[in-house]
Amino acid sequence: MTKLQKRTLRISIVLAAFLAVSPAAGAMHIMEGYLSPAFCIAWGVVCIPFLVKGFFEMKKVFAENRKAVTILAMAGAYIFVLSALKIPSVTGSCSHMTGTGLAAILFGPCTTGVLGIIVLIFQAVLLAHGGLTTLGANTFSMAIAGPAISYGIWLVCRKCNVNKRVGIFLAAAAGDLFTYCITSFQLAFAYPDPNGGVLASAAKFLGVFAPTQLPLAVVEGLLTVMIMVALENYAAQELKAIRFEK
Amino acid sequence: MKKDAKLVIILLCLVVLIVVVPLFALKGAEFGGSDDAGSVKVEEIQGEYEPWFTPVFETALNGEIPGEVESLLFCVQTGIGVGVIAFLMGRFVERKKHEKSNTIR
Repeated sequence: MTKLQKRTLRISIVLAAFLAVSPAAGAMHIMEGYLSPAFCIAWGVVCIPFLVKGFFEMKKVFAENRKAVTILAMAGAYIFVLSALKIPSVTGSCSHMTGTGLAAILFGPCTTGVLGIIVLIFQAVLLAHGGLTTLGANTFSMAIAGPAISYGIWLVCRKCNVNKRVGIFLAAAAGDLFTYCITSFQLAFAYPDPNGGVLASAAKFLGVFAPTQLPLAVVEGLLTVMIMVALENYAAQELKAIRFEK
Repeated sequence: MKKDAKLVIILLCLVVLIVVVPLFALKGAEFGGSDDAGSVKVEEIQGEYEPWFTPVFETALNGEIPGEVESLLFCVQTGIGVGVIAFLMGRFVERKKHEKSNTIR
């Protein structure tokens, strides 16, 4: 083969790969290439302030609060584990949890954002799950908006003297569910229904995600309660160090 | 402590139930990813859709990641997480034991 032929062949292979590859199977995150560049950039930009704040918070933990580093590592590892487990659901399809509830309750949504984006990059690069172009949108839904709701619910539960474990359960489960609501709306903004507009489209996406996710949100809530029980029993000093417990 | 142990066991059983029941209740269901369902919906609304960017790993491989390799990578992810949690939890538990035996003495 001549050089030119080889080159043409190579280009055609790349082109074919680009065009023929179907979106990777998996669950929940917006698939690579499914948001137009404008949306990719917009969601990315929205995330930046949260991530910057989270980064500074984390730096502070490392500098001033060595005891909390172990808990931070654990919260990050928890996201790693839970977002890798694909679980069958009542609708006959699989999805996975977010695992961000724990970090949100312990450290707030911004730090969780930084932990979450690490996991999302890992999955986008190595697992073809989610994507680099949709990283901003996925970070916003899974690592910022979901945890923000978790954190908010947790604070309200504390204020109203709800049983601590019930509060943890509610916060983690709601954060998980809310992540998927945000994902649905993100997709709806990108793909408004020609007849009904954004809302009709969002309802369609929610119809796909919500019933699948509901039982998983419950599972995530229960698991988060379990790990918090373990931490309360064995890592009380660390929880005190991050002012989680007085 | 005993009460907590009981709670954890009950919760664990619940989790297992929630995860396992759909498998038996919906025999023959495909249990594919809900992502795929998502992209089906996109096409429903938008008509044919061609993603404008493919995952970097797939581009490098010139194709999809083989299923077994993908599950390997997911296992690696789980493994890293569980390793960190188990290591730290083990340290916490041993520390508590240590403190207890010190105060008794």
